[in-house]
Amino acid sequence: MSAVRSVLYAVGLPLLLLAAWWVATADSESPFNPPLSEILATFGPTWFSGDTFADTRFVQDILPSLGRLLVGYAAALVVGIGLGVLIGAVRPLREFAEPVLEFFRAIPPPVMVPVLMLFLGVGTSMRVFVIATGALWPILLNTVEGVRGLDPVLQDTARAFRLGRWGRVRRLMLPGASPQIVTGARQALSIAIILMVISEMFAARDGLGFSVVQFQRSFAIPEMWSGVIMLGLLGVLLSFVFRIATGAVLAWYHGYLQAQRGGA
Amino acid sequence: MSSRRPVAHRALWLGAAGVATLLVVLQVVPSTGLVNPDFLPPTTQILTALVERVQTPEFWTALGDTLVTWITGLAISVVAGVVLGVVIGMVPFLRAATASTIEFLRPVPSVALIPIAVLLWGTGMQATLLLVVYASFWQVLVQVLAGVQDVDPVASDTARSYRFSVLARVRTLVWPTALPYVMTGLRLGAAVALILTVTGEMLIGTPGIGKLLAVARESGAVPSMYALVVVTGLLGVAVNLLARALEHRALFWHPSVRGEVVA
Amino acid sequence: MTAPTGPTGPTGPTSPTSPNRPMLDVRALRKVYTGRGEPVEAIEDLSFDVAEGELVCVVGPSGAGKTTLLRCLAGLLPATSGEVALAGTPVTGPPQGMAVVLQEYGRSLFPWMTVVQNVELPLKEKGVPRAERARLVGEALEAVGLADVGRSYPWQLSGGMQQRVAIARAAAYEPQVLLMDEPFAAVDAQTRFELEDLVRALWQRLGVTVVFVTHDIDEAIYLGERVLVLSARPTVILEDVRVDLGAERDQLDTRGAPEFARLRTHVYELVQQAKQGVRSLADARLTHAG
Repeated sequence: MSAVRSVLYAVGLPLLLLAAWWVATADSESPFNPPLSEILATFGPTWFSGDTFADTRFVQDILPSLGRLLVGYAAALVVGIGLGVLIGAVRPLREFAEPVLEFFRAIPPPVMVPVLMLFLGVGTSMRVFVIATGALWPILLNTVEGVRGLDPVLQDTARAFRLGRWGRVRRLMLPGASPQIVTGARQALSIAIILMVISEMFAARDGLGFSVVQFQRSFAIPEMWSGVIMLGLLGVLLSFVFRIATGAVLAWYHGYLQAQRGGA
Repeated sequence: MSSRRPVAHRALWLGAAGVATLLVVLQVVPSTGLVNPDFLPPTTQILTALVERVQTPEFWTALGDTLVTWITGLAISVVAGVVLGVVIGMVPFLRAATASTIEFLRPVPSVALIPIAVLLWGTGMQATLLLVVYASFWQVLVQVLAGVQDVDPVASDTARSYRFSVLARVRTLVWPTALPYVMTGLRLGAAVALILTVTGEMLIGTPGIGKLLAVARESGAVPSMYALVVVTGLLGVAVNLLARALEHRALFWHPSVRGEVVA
Repeated sequence: MTAPTGPTGPTGPTSPTSPNRPMLDVRALRKVYTGRGEPVEAIEDLSFDVAEGELVCVVGPSGAGKTTLLRCLAGLLPATSGEVALAGTPVTGPPQGMAVVLQEYGRSLFPWMTVVQNVELPLKEKGVPRAERARLVGEALEAVGLADVGRSYPWQLSGGMQQRVAIARAAAYEPQVLLMDEPFAAVDAQTRFELEDLVRALWQRLGVTVVFVTHDIDEAIYLGERVLVLSARPTVILEDVRVDLGAERDQLDTRGAPEFARLRTHVYELVQQAKQGVRSLADARLTHAG
């Protein structure tokens, strides 16, 4: 497909939808459904106005939220992958831990927010912890699955060539389980974003989620919509970054799958 | 010395041991004051609270509400996801035209919709339903699209050359190929739907287990709150098992087991 | 190198270079599989020697425990009783100085590594310095005729090429002993002939000791200096057949030679008898001369 056609396909429907939204709400008198033009007009002032750049909501609310998200997510990655490799590799350990892990993973992550609030109040550490503990499960369980599902022929080969324990982790388990780990990390990202928002909506004094709820409670509706859009943009942006970051990690996998499907 | 103990039993024993260890730890740690028992009540207190809860009618009403919201949201997502997935998947133009939109809308966190939902529907079931449907719909749609894509082009051409009607093609070719993916989508969607149901109840106040939880927290009934956390966990496990059982029944004839589509 | 054959079970030959010590020494090897259900005795009693630099093939009926034997030799499977010794040291885990080439070539190569990375991995683990590694890898790939696909991924190559990468990986490792478990079973016939010649060439060039497990009798005779014929489960050695077809072998000439036919007939009969449960040479009823 030519470049022009791909661009058209990419922006066609979104533009159509936006236009429809604009037109549908253009004359809207409803307080809940302000005209799109108004929402867009408040976008800049809401998030980017202030005496200095440091005073803008962007810096005061969005960046800290993002920071907490990234710290929590990173912690979940480290612990999830580390524990996941260990549990996946040691069979008795896995059988021991599996029912307990399945139970904890089945608890809807947002439910942990009130629980953690007991221990950690409503400060930054609570929110980071909430994000980390919620994002942990998909990563941990997918890593366990990935390590467990490693081809036994590969494992034997690694052993036959006397790869040490650390060598096996680094060169066999981590790359071998990486497709599964990435799947888990993607799910974890969604959960982390949800928890970031929820932990701020629940009880917080700053942050993106907090701002949106504030707007809603004080009936600053166009601002609220702009907040919702901002959240949406954040999700899209992070998803995009995730795709780029893991593209390199999984480059071999797509080719490998193709070769399998094509029939060697 | 040859060991005659079958391997499978060991997994059962170890697993049970794991659960038992958890329960014991949860009993000992708060009792000995390692952790403040106000924040983490010992197992016995949690179990007592659980038993109390289960004996109240309001618990069962709440459970019913949660299940109704969950299944309604899931049903809507599955129907919409399958129909749209099949239609879009089979028409290349639609696939190309909607690809970017799907990629944009999919990662939007459903909780971002909470303020809107609250404005429109207050604390009614529809508000939570909006969250549930939005989140689980994408899970189903993505899987169905992958399933339709997986149809063997040779088989598809053959069907067309025999002038099968669209409906016949769907019935004999597309549906069986996509079915494993639909099942995966159902499983993922069911789990997500439960999460959002409880979330909505907690944050919006729609009646259900989540709301009971929020109330327990606000009134400081900590053991009761933990008991409800356990209930949600058990619900989640039950949903998972149910979804997997359904997957097995529907696919027992299927030679391969398809994994989830890598994100 | 002389290889006297006993009527049943062999006595190991001794290499002129090493003082009375065979490279590989297997004594009363026994392997019983336990686990779910009844225990299964795969190998009852295997005793044989392999001298330094010998190429020994192992054949037998299906399910004869050939793969089990190889895995015990490789240290991947612990024996129930008996001993495997490599250059005098008992094998308890994968030993230093041993390389393995498996049947499932596709699955033994790491799909996230290129050909070069796959071949150099064991060397990296061994601690070989970079320049030396590059040289060894280059030579090995050259020797198997894959010098120009170093940057490719294994799954981009054909089956035969993948198996060659596995062989290159084993060769670059500079092992003392090379174990090969039906490496060409899943390769097409044409490619198989090329790979057989490749193995012989490498063997002669590197001077490694080779144990080659196969179900293909022709292949065993073409390749080996000795052929160990195994019985059915629980496995014992039926006969240690000496193959005197000369050091230089050729697919056309060697396979057409009368001695080849004689050997092939003999081994084939043995294997057929093995399938019917014969467990010693004395009990075998061989109708063809030889």
